[in-house]
Amino acid sequence: MATTTAPPRPAVDARPASRPRRGWLRENGLLLLGVAFIIIYCLAPFYWMIVSSLKANPLLDQSLWPQDPTLVNYQEVFSGENNFQYALRNSVIIAGTTTILALLIGVFAAYALARLNFRSKKLVLGVILAAAMFPLIALLTPLFQLFSNLGWIDTYPPMIISNISFTLPLAIYVLTSFFSEMPWELEMAAKVDGATPGQAFRKVIIPLAAPGVFTSAIIVFIAAWNEFLIAYTMTQTLAAEPVTVAIAKFTGVSRFEQPFGTIMAAGVLVTIPLVIVVLIFQRRIVTGLTAGGVKG
Amino acid sequence: MATETVRRGRVRRGPGPAQTSEGARAEARLAFWLLIPTGIVLAVIIAYPVVRAIWLSLHSDARFGTSRFVGLDNYIRAFTGTGADAFWSAFVFTTQLTIVTVILELVIGFAMALIMNKAFRGRGLVRASVLVPWAIPTAVAAKLWEWNFTPDGVVNQVFNTNILWTASHWSSFWAIVIADTWKTAPFIALLVLAGLQIIPGEVYEAAKVDGATALQSFRRITLPLVKSAVIVALLFRMLDVLRIFDLPFILTNGANNTETLSTIAYKEAIQQVHPSYGSTLSTITFVYIIIAAFLVNSLARADVVKTASRG
Repeated sequence: MATTTAPPRPAVDARPASRPRRGWLRENGLLLLGVAFIIIYCLAPFYWMIVSSLKANPLLDQSLWPQDPTLVNYQEVFSGENNFQYALRNSVIIAGTTTILALLIGVFAAYALARLNFRSKKLVLGVILAAAMFPLIALLTPLFQLFSNLGWIDTYPPMIISNISFTLPLAIYVLTSFFSEMPWELEMAAKVDGATPGQAFRKVIIPLAAPGVFTSAIIVFIAAWNEFLIAYTMTQTLAAEPVTVAIAKFTGVSRFEQPFGTIMAAGVLVTIPLVIVVLIFQRRIVTGLTAGGVKG
Repeated sequence: MATETVRRGRVRRGPGPAQTSEGARAEARLAFWLLIPTGIVLAVIIAYPVVRAIWLSLHSDARFGTSRFVGLDNYIRAFTGTGADAFWSAFVFTTQLTIVTVILELVIGFAMALIMNKAFRGRGLVRASVLVPWAIPTAVAAKLWEWNFTPDGVVNQVFNTNILWTASHWSSFWAIVIADTWKTAPFIALLVLAGLQIIPGEVYEAAKVDGATALQSFRRITLPLVKSAVIVALLFRMLDVLRIFDLPFILTNGANNTETLSTIAYKEAIQQVHPSYGSTLSTITFVYIIIAAFLVNSLARADVVKTASRG
């Protein structure tokens, strides 16, 4: 889907000026309402997560604005009981390594799929798409047995290796769509102008490909960062648990009352970096997601 | 969209101007070597476990350290035997969840896409906010909605209700539906929006000149042209909900008959340490997903062809 290359729609709403003003208001009022609906729909629960995390006792205080904002929940997140810093470290290592590996392997496949001609291309694309949508649960038991036998449970490799099963197809899909849009002719042009193949690659291809590779890395990283099922199966302690598992396991002082304030604070900590990255690169991410048509 | 890439690849010939059979063969050879690492990795991480899971499902769980070949016994146990109650409950629940969630998400996502397509001012802001639910980890979203659905929680307050959301079957069902819809409808909006933006504005202009009403334009132009994007979204979401795990596992953990196919498979295989029976359940899930995807795909595509030939 070549969404990015399509020029922006000629302004459909450039209506004749003679149109009655009431009509304009009515139509745009509706549109405004719709925009407001989308923003509230998407952000209200996220807002509530932030507000709840800033309340000392969110269970008793359901006000829409924190009366006395406090960071006590954030302290609790890193306290001896939860030690969230280990989970953050684990997640960074697991998701980071997964991303690097998936991209390293995927970039070759994506180049072949986007640029070379061969007979079984359609089949290969189909297999990769099917792999991206594969139910993880169907792989889980054999992988768990394998890593148990190796004595690797509660270490990083089982999670990184298992994560590759869905991040590699995702990476290939997004990369392929980016590579297909690249103006590869420029490489030839550089060579005509006297550049060596090495120069053409360094000065033309890498700068052209970098944004697509970078965006793919973000999408793959988020997918790996958000993984839960594999991590929940392959870990037992803080030594290897990523953030998703740690948050699901958070316990409070009382076993029967969940420390929602602390959980929300951890949720905010885990989500804010992703949201910031997503906001900065939103345009590219949307292109990558919709072109690949794959959910992260 | 797979075909799109292929078609484009075919048009834009390889690097060299010479397209002799020699060049074509060299290109195919290069493609082979570039694809080999992916092939090996996917074979080891996906193909091997799948085959191994099927093998396990044909054997008994080792009671005293030995496991023997039992044929289809495990499958019979799930379909009609001692596991039937749990299996069919999860099967029905997962299917209901899939149907309701996907329909709801498509409707809301489509509406959002139409709004985003029209909105010129604030488009960046809308797109940014649409990405927020997508970026939040499902595990965190599940905890967030567990919190929202507590008896004194914000959902009951805002809607002035008094529902014990996670205390009964159907309220739990809707809690999962709402949480999943919140997280993914915006994503569908993005997919549909991408489809909408391919439609050239002139088509609408021409329709307007010919005297088409807004409703007619929508039905005769927008719907048929955006259909393939919608089918892609539908398929992705369907496959995704059929294998749903994180959300029900964290939100209800199977209480009040809210187990899904993935959660019972997980609990059997890992928590109960019944790898064979667990693999049986996961293999059934896997096959069910393939059949569902195939059926929906061919139904939807047939419909597209019909619409196209009628027009």
